[in-house]
Parts: sequence; structure tokens; C-alpha cells
Amino acid sequence: MTTTVDPVTRPPAAGAPNLTRSALSVRRRVTNQVALGLIVLALFVAVIPLGLVVWSVLSRGGSVISWEFLTEDIPNSFRRSGGGVGPAVIGTLIITGMAALMAVPLGVLGAIYLNEYGKQRPLARLIRTMADIMTGVPSVVMGLFIYSAWVLLFDARTGFAGALALACLMLPVIIRSTEEMLRLVPDELRQASLALGARKWRTTLTVVLPAAISGITSGVLLAIARAAGETAPIVFVVGVTTAPNWNLFSGENTALPAQIFRNASQVFEPAQERAWGSALTLIVIVLVFTIIARIIANRFAIKER
Amino acid sequence: MTAPDPKVETVTASDRPSVSINAPTSGWGAVGVDTPQAAGAPVMDLRDVSVFYGNYEAVRGTSMPIRQNQITAMIGPSGCGKSTILRSLNRMNDLVPGARVAGKVTYHGQDLYAKDVDPIQVRRRIGMVFQKPNPFPKSIFDNVAYGLRINGIKGNLHDQVEEALTGAALWDEVKDKLKMSGLSLSGGQQQRLCIARTIAVRPDVILMDEPCSALDPIATGKIEDLMHELAKTYTIVIVTHNMQQAARVSHYTAFFTAEVDDKQVRHGRLVEFSETGKLFTNPSDKRTEDYITGRFG
Ligand SMILES: Nc1ncnc2c1ncn2[C@@H]1O[C@H](COP(=O)(O)OP(=O)(O)OP(=O)(O)O)[C@@H](O)[C@H]1O
Ligand SMILES: [Mg+2]
Repeated sequence: MTTTVDPVTRPPAAGAPNLTRSALSVRRRVTNQVALGLIVLALFVAVIPLGLVVWSVLSRGGSVISWEFLTEDIPNSFRRSGGGVGPAVIGTLIITGMAALMAVPLGVLGAIYLNEYGKQRPLARLIRTMADIMTGVPSVVMGLFIYSAWVLLFDARTGFAGALALACLMLPVIIRSTEEMLRLVPDELRQASLALGARKWRTTLTVVLPAAISGITSGVLLAIARAAGETAPIVFVVGVTTAPNWNLFSGENTALPAQIFRNASQVFEPAQERAWGSALTLIVIVLVFTIIARIIANRFAIKER
Repeated sequence: MTAPDPKVETVTASDRPSVSINAPTSGWGAVGVDTPQAAGAPVMDLRDVSVFYGNYEAVRGTSMPIRQNQITAMIGPSGCGKSTILRSLNRMNDLVPGARVAGKVTYHGQDLYAKDVDPIQVRRRIGMVFQKPNPFPKSIFDNVAYGLRINGIKGNLHDQVEEALTGAALWDEVKDKLKMSGLSLSGGQQQRLCIARTIAVRPDVILMDEPCSALDPIATGKIEDLMHELAKTYTIVIVTHNMQQAARVSHYTAFFTAEVDDKQVRHGRLVEFSETGKLFTNPSDKRTEDYITGRFG
């Protein structure tokens, strides 16, 4: 804007340095543009499948969803239209809820042990490695594990067996993500608290956890959302039902991923519709819980205790 | 400060025959001192204290007193172990894995490193202000109230917070925004908030590790004035890189330096400890003189 002097022809020692972008070498300018272009391209490539998924689920499932669809029993036959996926909504809520109830406290406490107490001790390293390995275990394998360790033992498929499988899937993710978040809390805060005469558990509870709560919530939510969408372990260990079952410990149950899986593999139109509707329902449930948890976490982070 | 002097509260000898840092005490400031101490009497005493990080002896053979209601400054070149010695005074070195203290640190005649001494009780009475302001990510009020809450100190929380903030010369600047985050304050205000947080629990001794190094001259001046005010009630130990500051605020000064031994390992050593006036005008050691006159290498 201000300088009209061409950087090449300008004499080297003539007055003020040229601070305009045009003073940069061509190579640096091109590199900058190319890098920016690649980043934007990567963003679009990443967003396209995401957008397509949301769009197709919305367009095909949106018309299916109604209060009846969310609450009514599942029809006995895939061919029959009408009815709903009420039992699967209930199943997803209580099975995932139970799984979170088991995995979140265990995972967060485990992470506190790892980062605040265990540190580099052999036991802590062992747990860390095991958690990493567990993260890589396919959900089918976890389903089969619960099937052989729990379902065969009690000879009953129940919602609780599903919750156990989901908890096993969530646990390592929660442990590792929470530990990462605790690691980000500056040591100065711990020292300040200890220097005031706080004990370690107190410091952890009232200073470290609140400082990390927002990140911990993100990790926990990701784990819960992932678990809520898991199909394989549910199909193995939960069983089948067409009527709502509020009891996790007796009787077979069902969940939305199982409904998506079973209905989508049928050729009949009503079954296809139910699959799309279930998919949208699942997405909305996860979204709603994410928002609620965020609000709670924000409250918790600002106020003490 | 209207704070009652913690030193006048004595513990009945029949209840606790010895001094009571290892026993949980009710309320604050129940420092079991047998005899009321006059200003200038040693509150703490270091006898041949060496601090190790693993096998590395960072500071070797330090002996000096910390006197009641006096400001003791520690000066010396970077890396000579000032912070290390300071942290050994309230057992903050316990938090460094592998750190070890040899020699004797006594507080009111009691060995701070004796087996049954609880470091938490030590830190309750010997508070610390750090080099970098480190308020909790909580509201200004909660920052100051934190120590009161965790120590179960009774009384009107709001009054005590106000008193501490007033004591730290910060009340007027923050009284209308106590609910705002402590991190929203300026660096100098944050440091005074940290001082308020420390004096809220009414310690006996306050350790300050370069409390003004992140501050401008005006904020520094405020904190120096504050130290003079605080010295009426508390005993203060301050580490500083600023010799003028040491000369301005302290009553006693300890000069440390780093020496290379015959195995080519650097150790921090206390070179000279004396009244500030004497140390700066008439040092008895050549190295002190070189350092304070700026001839240090
Ligand atoms: N946590 C630690 N682990 C190992 N060595 C340490 C640790 N902290 C300090 N040291 C070493 O101890 C010596 C003294 O360090 P210290 O921090 O006490 O110096 P200082 O006098 O406070 O320096 P400065 O003025 O720069 O703050 C240094 O050689 C340092 O490398
Ligand atoms: Mg230091």
C-alpha cells in the first residue's frame, strides 16, 4: 500500500526496511499459498463424508421420526409398517447409562492414580500399556469376551451384559484421555495448593480436577458416544426383544445400534425406514447428552466444588 | 493488621509435651511455642544443611538463622541454590523425586525433618509465594478462601478474605469483582492475590521466591511496602536477584555463590550472612564484595 519501490531494484541500504509481503522471496510466498491451499482442501475432504452422512440420515430418517416411532413397541415382523423402536431407545439409554456409571468413575480414578500417584512406577506403566492395548481391542472381541465370561456363566442375555461390554470398551479411552488432561494441569497449581497446607487428595479434588474438568468431560463424552453406537457387543450379549424391558438384570433387551443393524439388513421398506429412523434417533440422543454434559462441566469448572 | 499474633497462643504443656507440628491442631496458629519470642529471636535455624537432587549435592553446608519479624534476603548468582534452600525450609523439596536434605533445619527448636513431622503441618505454618504468580483458576474470592476452607478455619469467611486482601494491598482494586477469575488480574495483582492467599491462613513464616521478578517497578514497590507491613506480623524470607531490593527491604542478607570442587562439580555455598547494612557496605568476604559491586564474573 505504502511502498511502491520494487524490492529487487531498491538499493540495499536505502532507508527503511521493506516490511510488505512482496519483499518475501517467491519461494516462501508460493510455499505459504500451497500449504494454506492443502489445509483448506484437507478440511473439505474431511467435512464432505461427515456432511453426507448427516444429510442422508436427516433426509431419510427425518420423515420417519415421530412420537409414536420413539415410544411404540417394535413390530414382530420386519415386513410390517408402523410401530416404533421405543424398546431400543430405552435399551440404549439404560445400557449406555449403566456402562457410563461403571466406567466413568473407574476410569477417572484410574487416571488420577496414574498421573498423580503412580507416575513412572512399574505398576503405573503396566496399567498404561494395558489400557493402550485395550483401546485397540475390536468391539466384537469385547462382545465375545463378555459372552463367554458372563452370558455363558449365567446362561442369560441381559442388558447388564451389554453394559459390561460397553464399559470395557469405554474404560481404556477414559483412562488415557483423562490422564492426558491431568497432565496438562500446571504443576505450579499443585505446589500452590500444597504450600497452603492442603493434602494431596484435597489438592487433586479441589484444584487439579476442576482445572482439567472441561477436557476430561470431552474425553468421557467421546467414549460414551462411541460406546452408544457400538453394535457388535450388543448383538451378541443383549439378545432380542420387541417390548420395553426396564430391567437390566433379567430378560433380553435391545438397543438402537442393534435395531439399525437388523433392520438395515432387511429388504423390506418398513424395515429400511426403521433403520434410518433409529440412526437419526441415536445421533440426536448423543448430541443432546453432549450438550447437557458440557453445560454441567462448565458450571463445575467455574464454581469451586 | 488486626490479626492476633499466632505466637502468643501457647499449647498447654500437659496436652502436648513437645511442640506440635506433628499433631493435628484445631484452628489456626496453634504453634506450640513454649516461650513467647521476642522480635529478632531465631524462629528457624539451619545447621550445616546440604540439599541433594539424587546424587548431586546442589547446596552444601549452609548454616544461618531466620529471625522473628525480620526480613531475611537471599542473594547470589543464578543456580547457586537459593530456591533450593528456600524450599527446604517448608519441605517443598519433598515434592521433587530424589531430593534429600542433610543437616538440620529447626523451627522453634524442632527438627523439621524428624520422622514424625507432617509436612502438611509444616507448610501450614511456613507459607510460600512463588516466583511466577500462580492463582488457582477460580474466582478471586475462592482463591483467598481456599486455604481457609481446606484448613477448616472457622469464622466469617468473607471477613477473613477481606482482611487478607487488605493485608496484601489488593482489596480496593478487587472489592467489586470478587467473583471474577483470579486469572483476569494483571501480573502484579495476581502476585498480590497469591500473597493474600498465603497470609489468609496466617502462617508464621512466609517464604518468597523472587516474588517481584515478573513485575514492573510500581508493582514491585507495592509489594516491597507490603513486605515491610507484613514483617510486623510475620517472619519473611525472600529470594531476590535484585540487590537494591535486598538492600531496601531486608534486615539480614545471605549471600550464596556456586563453587566448583576438585571433582569439577558445582555446589552452592553460603558465603556470608550478616545484617543487610553491613553486608552491603562492609562485606567481610572478597566474593561478596565482588558480587555487590558488580565485579562478579
Ligand atoms: N528439581 C531439580 N532436580 C535436579 N536439580 C535441580 C532441581 N532444581 C534445581 N536443581 C539444581 O540445583 C542447583 C540450584 O538450583 P536453584 O534453583 O536452587 O538455584 P537458584 O539459586 O534458585 O537459581 P535462580 O536464581 O536462577 O533461580 C542448580 O544447579 C540446579 O540445576
Ligand atoms: Mg530460583
